[in-house]
Amino acid sequence: MTEQVAAQQVTPTGAMIRTLGLVSAICGLIIVGSYQGTFSAVQENKRIALERAVFKVVPKAKAVGEFYAVPGKGIAPAAGEAPAGAIKFYVGYDAAGQLAGIAAEGSGKGYADAVRIMFGYQPYCQCITGIGVVAMRETPGIGDKILTDRAFLANFEALDVKLSADLAALANEVKTVKHGTKTHPWQIDAIAGATITSRAVGRGINDAAKALLPALVPQLDKIRSKAP
Amino acid sequence: MSTAIEIRPGPHVKGPRSVEKIMANVVYSLLPICLFYVYQYGISALASILVVTASCLLAERWFVRTGTQSGHLGDFSATITGLLLALTMPPGFPLWMGAVAGMVAIALGKGIFGGIGCNVFNPALVGRAFAQAAFPTAIATYTPSFLPGRFAEFIPSTLAWPLMMPADAAAWLKEKHLDALSGATPLAQWKFEGIVADAADLLSSLSGHMAVGPSPLLILACGAYLAARRFMDWRIPIAVLGSAGAVAWVLYGFNPGHYPSPFFMLFSGGLILGAVFMATDMATSPVTPTGMWVYGGLIGLLTVLIRYYGGLPEGVMYAILIGNAATPLIERVTQPTPFGKGVLGKKRAASYDLTPDYISREEAAAVTPKKRFLRNKPRKGL
Amino acid sequence: MSPTPANTPTTWDEFLEGIWKQNPVFVMILGMCPTLAVTVSAVNALSMGISTALVLIASCGLVSLMRNIVPKEVRIATYIVIIATLVTAVDYAIQAISLALYDALGAFIQLIVVNCIILGRAEAHASKNPPLPAMINAAGMGVGFTIGLLSLGVVREILGAGSLFGISLFGAQFQPWVVMVLPPGGFFVLGSWLLFFSWRARRQQAREATQNA
Repeated sequence: MTEQVAAQQVTPTGAMIRTLGLVSAICGLIIVGSYQGTFSAVQENKRIALERAVFKVVPKAKAVGEFYAVPGKGIAPAAGEAPAGAIKFYVGYDAAGQLAGIAAEGSGKGYADAVRIMFGYQPYCQCITGIGVVAMRETPGIGDKILTDRAFLANFEALDVKLSADLAALANEVKTVKHGTKTHPWQIDAIAGATITSRAVGRGINDAAKALLPALVPQLDKIRSKAP
Repeated sequence: MSTAIEIRPGPHVKGPRSVEKIMANVVYSLLPICLFYVYQYGISALASILVVTASCLLAERWFVRTGTQSGHLGDFSATITGLLLALTMPPGFPLWMGAVAGMVAIALGKGIFGGIGCNVFNPALVGRAFAQAAFPTAIATYTPSFLPGRFAEFIPSTLAWPLMMPADAAAWLKEKHLDALSGATPLAQWKFEGIVADAADLLSSLSGHMAVGPSPLLILACGAYLAARRFMDWRIPIAVLGSAGAVAWVLYGFNPGHYPSPFFMLFSGGLILGAVFMATDMATSPVTPTGMWVYGGLIGLLTVLIRYYGGLPEGVMYAILIGNAATPLIERVTQPTPFGKGVLGKKRAASYDLTPDYISREEAAAVTPKKRFLRNKPRKGL
Repeated sequence: MSPTPANTPTTWDEFLEGIWKQNPVFVMILGMCPTLAVTVSAVNALSMGISTALVLIASCGLVSLMRNIVPKEVRIATYIVIIATLVTAVDYAIQAISLALYDALGAFIQLIVVNCIILGRAEAHASKNPPLPAMINAAGMGVGFTIGLLSLGVVREILGAGSLFGISLFGAQFQPWVVMVLPPGGFFVLGSWLLFFSWRARRQQAREATQNA
């Protein structure tokens, strides 16, 4: 031990660099190895999680396709790098390969953090037919009522998101109103006592729909049926 | 000299006004309020008061029995905590939740700080804050007062099984064809629906079936008795109510359409009860007269701000807890200058050293009362 | 925590040290960040404990192997690189096992890197002992940490959700204690456990004192 301590006291710079370099190289190998080893499983998990989220808001769907919508340019299947300003959305196809609905993600500032939601859009009624939560940190028992409150979920049986005549913007912005004051199909009736979270959901849907739908709706025919 | 001498802070004059006597008088003055509460809500309120107080006494007994702190059951302090805690909670609050809140109030609010006189926060409010955080729905569920048959039948939520969800009060009212009566407190109605109740009605609590606590007028009368007998300092309630009223009045003056009248602010919710019985808790409020004004003013201001701009309709509880936390600072800043000291060097002039040299030789050899709890337990940081 | 000389046969005590006498959570009060943050449910607590234990054992083994070739001046840097590597590997492994679990544990997986138990063990024990005792000691610490997290996680899940390992205990009518799944709940439960252990220790002392007298 003592010789070792003495030797260490005069460690040359080269030895230190050599050791650190060696350790870093081994560690680099371990990281690359574990990344490669888990890559396929991680991708598979992510795909399953995504499908589960999409199937929840588009119940008839059996398969999912990923697309990008670029405002002003239209839509394209998602492959490789996302073009600038692109909005990702998911197309659900039923067992026959026909369009069953469209799912997209939106987020709004909630009570504790952003509330990220997934909503399902049906072209035939131009309305939103279901929501699911991707991630949120709202107060349990209060904010997370957006998942369980029947009256609140009833808002999303057919939430109107029709586009205006020139297909450039929403005809009516989606808006969250105070509990019990919903009068129009594009309004969301907030949960009493969880108004902030309800508003976050409304804003998330509104922002995402406003950006996505004008690019998507004119080109709906492109995705009517599943590409072979 | 083997006898241990206990060092206790002055004054050492023995007067007829002992802690026990003061506490007993506070209990006496709380009794009419509790009676009125039972008159308002019937046997549910009675059961709630009894269970909460009993659980406070049980917790107190355990902490006193383990021998780690001074105080005993007979000093009435735990009784006060229990009564106040029960009064701040809705009458139909499930009994098991009330028992949990009572235990937490004494254990977390008082026991772990060392017992009577050592607590930093008002124990009743600690218990209520815990209940508010743990059971936010149940603690916001009020029922209308003066219901017919309230002395014969429990509010169903009262009798919820331990750990189980209370029955839905709205469904119960519907069943009794009383759903025209609102179970929302006046503050919640103002906050969420924009309905402002009449201040005179709130003052007496007697008109209609309002979902309110005991009459502010009665609380003020009981507080006046305590203040007149010098069992309570009159400055704190006056400061709390004055500052809350003044802030509410200024805001009302700016925009009467948006803000309710200052009288509504004063007489709604638990402001009067908090100002008279909770903010004045001797262990958790400043001892200097100037400090009392500052402390009361802070609580009043915070109450109004939380009510107007916070997420919850009621703000008295958090305002008082924050006031409690600020008490040591307020005391430090508002220390009076001892006679003979100049204006210069006034700051902290009345502070005492931790090891004063004026202790006599006999006292210097004295043994301080042993703190046995957590001894021999070295701790390292994070 | 006396450093065991290299030639002492490793004993059961070495393993038990981390579980009871030097329990990282209840005695050393180390690694409070994951202790308070991820113990919302028993599953989270268990997986956090196991991940930390794995990183702990592997990093102590590696550090112990390298203890003679790493110059003193750069030892901390080396330890950190090793620990960070292992944490990254565990991070990928958890992603591969369950994304839901990965989301629930959040940033706290990556934060194992700065968990003071691991660096503390590497510096105080592994760098002075051969691999086998170092790993056994680390395993004890890891198990102790897992037990600590579990005892918080179990209480918080039972009170906060009425379930244990996701299995409902009280039926649908259970009233959850919201505060228990919020950050203050972590402090309340940790405090209660510490109170319990102190109370026990005090009683034991008192009993020993009366026996000796």
